[in-house]
Amino acid sequence: MDWITTVDHKKIAVLYLIAGGFFFGIGGIEAILIRIQLMKPMNDFVSAQVFNELITMHGTTMIFLGVMPIIFALMNAVVPLQIGARDVAFPFVNALGFWTFLFGGLLLNLSWLMGGAPDAGWTSYTPLSGSEYSGTHGVDFYTIGLQIAGLGTLIGGINFLATIITMRAPGMSYMRMPMFTWTTFITSAIILFAFPAITVGLVLLTFDRILGANFFDVAGGGNPVLWQHIFWIFGHPEVYILILPAFGIISEVIPTFARKRLFGYSSMVFATILIAFLGFMVWAHHMFTTGLGTVANALFSISTMLIAVPTGIKIFNWLFTMWGGQIRFTAANLFAVGFVPTFVMGGVTGVMLASAPADFQFHDTYFVVAHFHYVIVGGLVLGLFSGLHYWWPKMFGRVLSETLGKWTFWTFMIGFQLTFFVQHFLGLMGMQRRIVTYLPNQDFDLLNLVSSVGAFLMGVGVIMFLVNIVITTRKPVDAPNDPWEDGRTLEWSIPSPPPEYNFKQTPLVRGIDAYWKEKMAGHTEMTPAEPVGSIHMPSATPLPFVMSVGIFIAGLGLMFSKDDFGNAFMNGLFNNYIVVIIGLLITFGAMALRSLYDDHGWHIEPEDQDEKGVRT
Amino acid sequence: MMKQWQVAKRILPLLAVFSLLLSACGREDLSVMKPQGPVAQGQYDLMKLSIAIMIVVLIIVFAIAAYVLIRFRRRAGQNEMPEQVEGNFKLEVIWTAIPLLLVIVLAVPTVKTIFAQGEDLSNDKNAIQVKVTSHQYWWEFTYPQYDVTTAQDLIIPTGKKIAFELKTADVLHSFWVPSLAGKMDTNPDGTLNKFSFSAPNEGVYRGKCAELCGRSHAFMEFKVKAVSQESFDKWVNEMKAPAVLPEDTQLAEKFKTNCLSCHAVGDQGGPVAPNLTGIGGKQSVAGILLNQGEGQEDGNPVLDNMKEWLHDPQSVKPGNTMPNPKDLGLTDEEIDGIAEYLANYKLDYE
Repeated sequence: MDWITTVDHKKIAVLYLIAGGFFFGIGGIEAILIRIQLMKPMNDFVSAQVFNELITMHGTTMIFLGVMPIIFALMNAVVPLQIGARDVAFPFVNALGFWTFLFGGLLLNLSWLMGGAPDAGWTSYTPLSGSEYSGTHGVDFYTIGLQIAGLGTLIGGINFLATIITMRAPGMSYMRMPMFTWTTFITSAIILFAFPAITVGLVLLTFDRILGANFFDVAGGGNPVLWQHIFWIFGHPEVYILILPAFGIISEVIPTFARKRLFGYSSMVFATILIAFLGFMVWAHHMFTTGLGTVANALFSISTMLIAVPTGIKIFNWLFTMWGGQIRFTAANLFAVGFVPTFVMGGVTGVMLASAPADFQFHDTYFVVAHFHYVIVGGLVLGLFSGLHYWWPKMFGRVLSETLGKWTFWTFMIGFQLTFFVQHFLGLMGMQRRIVTYLPNQDFDLLNLVSSVGAFLMGVGVIMFLVNIVITTRKPVDAPNDPWEDGRTLEWSIPSPPPEYNFKQTPLVRGIDAYWKEKMAGHTEMTPAEPVGSIHMPSATPLPFVMSVGIFIAGLGLMFSKDDFGNAFMNGLFNNYIVVIIGLLITFGAMALRSLYDDHGWHIEPEDQDEKGVRT
Repeated sequence: MMKQWQVAKRILPLLAVFSLLLSACGREDLSVMKPQGPVAQGQYDLMKLSIAIMIVVLIIVFAIAAYVLIRFRRRAGQNEMPEQVEGNFKLEVIWTAIPLLLVIVLAVPTVKTIFAQGEDLSNDKNAIQVKVTSHQYWWEFTYPQYDVTTAQDLIIPTGKKIAFELKTADVLHSFWVPSLAGKMDTNPDGTLNKFSFSAPNEGVYRGKCAELCGRSHAFMEFKVKAVSQESFDKWVNEMKAPAVLPEDTQLAEKFKTNCLSCHAVGDQGGPVAPNLTGIGGKQSVAGILLNQGEGQEDGNPVLDNMKEWLHDPQSVKPGNTMPNPKDLGLTDEEIDGIAEYLANYKLDYE
C-alpha cells in the first residue's frame, strides 16, 4: 500500500526500476527467441506470424517499457539530489507518470494473452498496420498501450523541466549543474517536443483502425507516407531521448573514477544542446528509400552527418578527462570505459548510413540492426549498467558486489560484440532485417549462429546482474555517504539512502562539482544555505494509481468497442462505449477529487529530523 | 578540392586493404560488396570511402583510449589529487574542426552521387521501361514498350538502362537487388518512385523485399536475369505468342476454370495473380523454392517444387492469397497433372 500511494521521488525511482527491469526481462526473452529462430537457415522454431509479433514487441518493449523507465528511475533517484532539492516539482504528477506508464505497458503486453500481439514492426508502418492488413487487435494494443505509456513519459519530462528550472539549490547556476542533470534537462525538453508528435500519430492510427477514419488510407484520400513522417519526427529525437541520459551518466562516472573534473564542461553542455537541436532536423534519414527526391535526400544526408561533430566533441572530452587522471576500474567505471569505444562504433556506422546512396544498400538490412544496437545497447544499456552500479549504494544503501559486477561486464560486453559485430557483415552480404528465416547457402549461416551464441552470452550477463542484486539485497544497509570516496556532486554529501526529505538544510553551491569543492576545502559536509527548520512534505495518495486504472479500463473498452462477444450483456457493455465511459469517469472522478479536496501536506519538525537509519 | 584529394590519397592504401577484406564477403549474385553494375558500384565506392574514413576515426579513438587506460591507471599509494584541468580551447577547436572536415570529405561525393543516381529516365527512348508492382507476396513486372507482363523473374537485356516505376498493390514493400542497386520502396498510387540500374554482365541476381510486409515477408524473393539483347528480343516474342494449354483437354478445362480466373498464360486468363507464361523455365517456384539449374546448386527439380507448392501453398508462403487447389475441388492426380504441365511450360529464348 505504501508503494501504491507514495509520491516520494526516491520510491518512485525504485518503482520505475522494478517495472522497467520487468519489461526489460520480457524484451530480453523476446530477443533470445528471435535469435533461436535465426540460429540456422529455414528454421521453424516459431511461425512467421509469431516471429513478426516477437520483433514488434521486442522493439516496442525495449524502447518504451524497458530502457526509458530505467532512465527515468535514475533521473528520479538522482536529479533532485544533484540539484539539492527535496523532491521533484510536482510529486503527485510524478506518481501519475509512473502509473500511466505501468498500466500502458501492462496493456501492451496483455496482447500476448488476448489474441495476438502487434505484428507490424515497432514502426508500425501503414497500411500494414491498418485494420485491412492487420486484422487482430494487436496493433490496437500498440496504439492504445503506447498512448497511455507515452502520457507517463510526457508527464515525467515536464516534471523534470519544472524541477530543474525552479528547484536548484542557491548558487547552482545552469553552468554549475552536474552533467547528468544537464542531460536530463535537455532530454526532458526533447520529450516535450517529440512526444506530442507520436501522440498525434497514435491518435490518427487509432481513428483509422477503430473509428474507420482515412488518414493513412489512399482510397480515402489519405497517405501512408504521412505516418512515416509523423513517426520519425518523433522517432529520431527518441534516439536522443535514450542516448543523452547515457552521455550524462558517463560524464558523471568517468570524472569520479579518474579523480578529475570533466574536461571541457561548457563544450559538453553546448554539444548536448546541439545534438538535441540537430536531432529534430534529421528524421527523414530513416526515409531515404521512401522516395523523397534528390534535394531532400541531399539535405538530410548532410544534416545527419553534422551530428558527428558534437558527438565527436563529447568522445574526445571523455578521453581527455581520463588523461592525467588516476583511473580506478570499478564495475561502474568498466561499463563507462567500455561504453566509449562501443558507442564510437555505433556513431561511425551512423555517419555511413547518412550517405543516402549508400543507405539505399544499408537500409532495412542487418547493417542497420547492428548500427542501432551498437547505439542503444552498446551506448545506452552499457550506460545504464554503469549508472546502476554507480548509484546503487545511493539508492539502496548497499554497494553491489564488485566481483560479480566485473563478471557481468565481461560476459555482457563479449556477448554484445559477438552478437552485433557480425551483423554488419550479414547486412552487407544481402540479409534484410525482419525476416523470419533465410535460405541456406547464402553465406548467412555461420554469422547468424555466431550472433545467436553472443545473444545467449548477453543473457548470462544480465542474469549475473540479477544475482548480484539478490545477493546485495540480503546484505545490511551500510554504505557510507560517499562510497566511491571521490564523489563530486551533491548526492554524495547526504546519507545513503537519503532520508525522506533528502537535505536537512538546503546546501549552498559554490562551484562546479560542489561537494568535491567542499572536500578540497577540508570540509566534510556542505555549507547550508538555510537554518534548520520545519520541512514541508507532500501527502501520500492513491489517486494517481486510480486515475491510471481508469485510463487503462477506458483503453480496453475502446479497443473492443466493435467486437462481437457472442453475449448480449458484453456486447451492450462494449459496443455502446459504456466501458470507455466508466473508465473515463473513474479518471475524471479522481481528478475532480484531487482538485476539490485541498491537501496541504505535512511537516517534519526539526526534532524529528534524526536522519534515521543512517550511519556514517 | 586540393585538401579533399590529400585526404583521399592518405586513405587510398587503407581503401585497398579494406576492399580486399570486404570483397571476400558473400555471393556474387547477392552481396552488396560484390557489385555487378554501375549503380551498385557507385554506392559501393561511397561505402568504401566512408568505411575508410570511419576506420581512421576508430583507430585514433581506440589508440587514445588504450593509451589513457594503460598510462593513467591509479597505482597503489597514489593519494595526491591529480590536477583539475578545466579544458583546453585549442584542443576542443581541433576536435570540432576535424570531424567537420571529415564530414565534408564524405558529403561532397555523397551529394554528387545522389544527383547522378537520381536521374529520371522515364522518358528515355533508349531505356527499357519496367513497371514494378509489388503484391503480398510476389512481384509483377510490366514492360509497357513491349506490352508484356511477367512475375518473379525480371528478364533484362545486358548493358541497357532499365528505368523502373514502382508501385504497390497493397502494403509497402521495398524492391532490392543488392548486387545491382540499392533498394527503393514501392508506395501506393500518388507517391510512385522511379529509379534505374543496368547489368553489364549476363547472369542471375537475387532480389529481395526489404520492407516488412506481413507474414511471408522473408519469402518474397525474386530474380533478375540479365541476358543478351537477342535473347531478350526472343523472350519478348515468346511471351507474346499464344498460350500453350495442357494437351489433355479435360485437364485443360480444369486449368482454365480453376487457375485462369486469376492467373494468365500467354493471351488467356486474368491479371490478379502471377503471370504463368513459361513458368517451368523460371529460376524458382513462388520465388522461394529454387529450381535446379545453373548456379543454383541447392535447387530441387522444378516438378518437385511445383508439386510442393500446389499441394499446400500456405505452408510455403504463409498468408498468401492463393486458394489451396484441393479446396477448389481438384484431385491429387489433377494437381499433379497441372504441376507437370506447368513444370514443362518453358520458353525457348537462350
